[in-house]
Amino acid sequence: MSWDTVIGLEIHVQLATKTKIFSGASTAYGAEPNTQACAIDLAMPGTLPVLNKQAVNYAIMFGLAVDAEIGQVSAFERKNYFYPDSPKGYQTTQLERPIVGRGNVEIQLADGSTKNVRIHHAHLEEDAGKSLHEGNFNSNFSGIDLNRAGTPLIEIVSEPDMCNAEEAVAFARKIHGIVTSLGICDGEMSQGSMRFDVNVSVKPSGSETLGIRTETKNLNSYKFMEEAIKREVERQIDVIEDGGTIAQETRLYNGDTKVARSMRSKEEANDYRYFPCPDLLPVVVSDEEVAELRRNLPELPDARQARFVEQYSLSDYDAAILSSDAAMAKYFEAVTSACNNAKLAANWTMGELSARLNNEDLSIANSPVSAAQLGGLVTRIADNSISGKMAKEVFDGIWAGEGSADEIIEARGLKQVSDSGALEQMVADVLTANQAMVDDYINTDEAKRKKKLGGFMGKIMQASKGQANPQQVNQILAQKLNELL
Amino acid sequence: MNIERQEIEKLATLARIAIDDSTISEVSQRLSSVLDLVDQLQAVDTEGVEAMSHPMQATQRLREDEVTEINQREAFQAIAPETEDGLFLVPKVIE
Amino acid sequence: MHNLTIAELIKGLQSKEFSSVELTQHFLNRIGSLNPAYNAVITVTAEQALKAAAEADIRLAAGNAPALCGVPILHKDIFCTNGVRTSCGSKMLDNFIPPYNATVVENFEQAGAVVLGKTNMDEFAMGSSNETSFYGPVKNPWATDCVPGGSSGGSAAAVAARLAPGATATDTGGSIRQPAALCGISGIKPTYGRVSRWGMVAFASSLDQGGPMARTAEDCALLLNCMASYDDKDSTCIDREVPDYTATLDGSVKGLRIGVPKEYFSEGLDAGIEEAVRAALANLEAQGAELVEISLPNSGLSVPAYYVIAPAEASANLSRFDGSRYGYRCEDPKDLLDMYSRSRSEGFGKEVQRRILIGTYCLSAGYYDAYYGKAQQVRKLIQQDFDRAFESVDLIMGPTCPSPAFKFGAKSDDPVAMYLEDIYTVATNLAGLPGMSIPCGMADNKPVGLQIIGNYFDEARMLNVAHQYQQATDWHDLAPEGVAS
Repeated sequence: MSWDTVIGLEIHVQLATKTKIFSGASTAYGAEPNTQACAIDLAMPGTLPVLNKQAVNYAIMFGLAVDAEIGQVSAFERKNYFYPDSPKGYQTTQLERPIVGRGNVEIQLADGSTKNVRIHHAHLEEDAGKSLHEGNFNSNFSGIDLNRAGTPLIEIVSEPDMCNAEEAVAFARKIHGIVTSLGICDGEMSQGSMRFDVNVSVKPSGSETLGIRTETKNLNSYKFMEEAIKREVERQIDVIEDGGTIAQETRLYNGDTKVARSMRSKEEANDYRYFPCPDLLPVVVSDEEVAELRRNLPELPDARQARFVEQYSLSDYDAAILSSDAAMAKYFEAVTSACNNAKLAANWTMGELSARLNNEDLSIANSPVSAAQLGGLVTRIADNSISGKMAKEVFDGIWAGEGSADEIIEARGLKQVSDSGALEQMVADVLTANQAMVDDYINTDEAKRKKKLGGFMGKIMQASKGQANPQQVNQILAQKLNELL
Repeated sequence: MNIERQEIEKLATLARIAIDDSTISEVSQRLSSVLDLVDQLQAVDTEGVEAMSHPMQATQRLREDEVTEINQREAFQAIAPETEDGLFLVPKVIE
Repeated sequence: MHNLTIAELIKGLQSKEFSSVELTQHFLNRIGSLNPAYNAVITVTAEQALKAAAEADIRLAAGNAPALCGVPILHKDIFCTNGVRTSCGSKMLDNFIPPYNATVVENFEQAGAVVLGKTNMDEFAMGSSNETSFYGPVKNPWATDCVPGGSSGGSAAAVAARLAPGATATDTGGSIRQPAALCGISGIKPTYGRVSRWGMVAFASSLDQGGPMARTAEDCALLLNCMASYDDKDSTCIDREVPDYTATLDGSVKGLRIGVPKEYFSEGLDAGIEEAVRAALANLEAQGAELVEISLPNSGLSVPAYYVIAPAEASANLSRFDGSRYGYRCEDPKDLLDMYSRSRSEGFGKEVQRRILIGTYCLSAGYYDAYYGKAQQVRKLIQQDFDRAFESVDLIMGPTCPSPAFKFGAKSDDPVAMYLEDIYTVATNLAGLPGMSIPCGMADNKPVGLQIIGNYFDEARMLNVAHQYQQATDWHDLAPEGVAS
């Protein structure tokens, strides 16, 4: 039996405001525990929330970017639950009247096709603090750090429009590209700036009836998301094919073990008792304010993609990848302007650089290789100073902090020898020193001689310490051996 | 109206209030009498009446995104039940 | 000195008849000798008070002192006071010393008032008799075997016993007006949003409002001048100029239309109270006011609606008291759930627990619409009753409570009987309207309160009429036995 997969995403995006959603405490990442948790964030008695204007503006900007209805009147609810990282005992969030209504996002797939994913809504809410389980304290305790408590979030809820992990990742990347292009989120997934909850269900192929879905929480990278979806789909199919039924439940993914486990115990007791937050009034946004935000929207991934195709003659797919992420787009354009070769700049940005960043879980903003440095490297590839193989070595050197491409080429003596006089002398010396090989070559059938060339090439490259331009050597060698026949 | 014992236990869990077994029937009786009082609402025709969450017809004021709070961790943690290294300590959180 | 009104004390201070230090010491002495009989004051801040009085004397000497400079007052223990325990009448906060001030406290500090200490109250302001306080009941100075009313019973008893000339209080369903009535003093609950709620421990956020208590309407006006302010830390505080409430006290009541709701004189009203209230209305009629019989048809629904909405909001507001960050934590919690549950059941008294459970019930899945949703609609109907009434009258008057001060224990076993104490007062909180109580006679040798309900932000008119009534009568001058001498 074949199965269809149905996937919906809930994406928590931390907004890049200077202060919390309801207090004037800083949201800067990495501060000492609880030094950015003020009386409001700590839910001290008698404290009250006042809404951050920038958080509202950022949410509206997201809505405009996905062509959504903007709630002219939105409102906050309290979602009640006890947890040490939720100091008020409730989360202030939006339920009935979210600030962003229905919208649409177009995603690009690897086969070049596109697909529309509908946004159900996006709402403003506050982030929770963090519970630390290990530290300089008794192991029967957890330590609570409330610096993150009250950081503004938008939760973006998609319709269940995706049908495999690839689409889900493409959607997540697209949202990442949009929020980073808007500048409303720093996009640093390793710092939790974007977190994904994935709703997955399966149904017999072609069936109209949706299966029972599970929600897998706590995914903070594309890799984890992809793995979690694939595993959950397999698990659900196994359960159903074994005659079981899927329990509607929340599952928690552990990135270390790559296993998600049920949080059923928690789910059963949940009754969030949402009700309108009496400390906050309805948020009213005027048409003028929305128009003003619309006028000032920065370039979005779709527009940037079109521009990259036009301006740099990139393929649609390359342009889509490079424009999907604001930081990557900015990086690519900086490399291009440094080397004046968009095609090579695109290849290196999407290829070697992205692969390395991905392997080491780094964002492009934290790349050890700067755009200027990569531009320098691409310049030397383009002018034939170094071979592709050398270029990888130079790239490693830049990554390791050894300096610019030119400095590394110089220091390691990697510059390719393309001076034909020098190369001719080098070839002649090798032939003289290896008379037996030359004789063997001459005595070999013409049809098989070509195979013997590799041996000479090896010797020459060895003699040149790999710096000889291989195409030129090839030419000179063929010519010199011919003369001996 | 009578609230079942099971329901009281559920409410107590939701509200994180420990209720002694011996007092459950008393709690149940008192809650039931309050619910009898508020049950008068059920008879009211509220068809089409807007729900009122706030007494005033005002709208939310927005704050400029500027840092106005300074670090007062020491003052806040001086009155905390248990802290270590700037963290508030609570019995182990099991997720 | 303790028989002087605040208006007279201000004159005395400014004309140097006595110093603030003398005055402060006098009231501190009275608290020391008389308070044990009433238990009205639970924290005395003698040292800070005398220091503040000395500073006030310097400002008074310099001749540019603000209005309340050097005047001693008491704060209800619901207002956070920097460095001074703020218990809210609960074991939960018995050890809580906030590192910040409520805006109301700040306002009085700016005005140069001298804070003598903090007054007893029903736990978390939940009660109408002051019997739920962790610090024991407050005794009514008029009859020490009777309750002073609640929840601001400590403030009311302290003013009645002349332990201070004025005090702050709060009113969620009648907590200023009912104790003012039962203790024979004046008190005003302003329009919702007139006084900042910042730093005032929340009971039911959409109903809570701070206000002053004193012996006369004029003194209430003086205190409200200072207490009312726009505060950008409270989103529900209304940005509207605060008039000088003393400036309009002398206006005539001639032509004033006073609405007398027939529902407020129905079954259940004590005959002695009805007699006193009718006499007061007749007095105002004699001064030229016009009495108009009106109907507030949904009055009977205000107690049921209130006892859904207030507990629902309270159930969320009190979730922050969880033993994690401040306040009471149980001994040796065996796990997180145990810490939450035991800290809360040991830290909260029975009535508070009861209201949390009721609120939790009304918000829980399956009951929300029938209880909370319905109560909010009924709240609208109650507001509409008032809106209609104020189309034809300027003020509404009636009794503050259905019976005079009752004996300790008389209603504490029957929550519903206790809740009906609020039958005439809760409607104004639901509508957000200002309400006031002034002494207007005696029934069963105990004081009777006349309730004055005004339209939104019409406090000046209410105080004006109350003052005019007090110019013509002397109920407000009566003192309980033994306190005037």
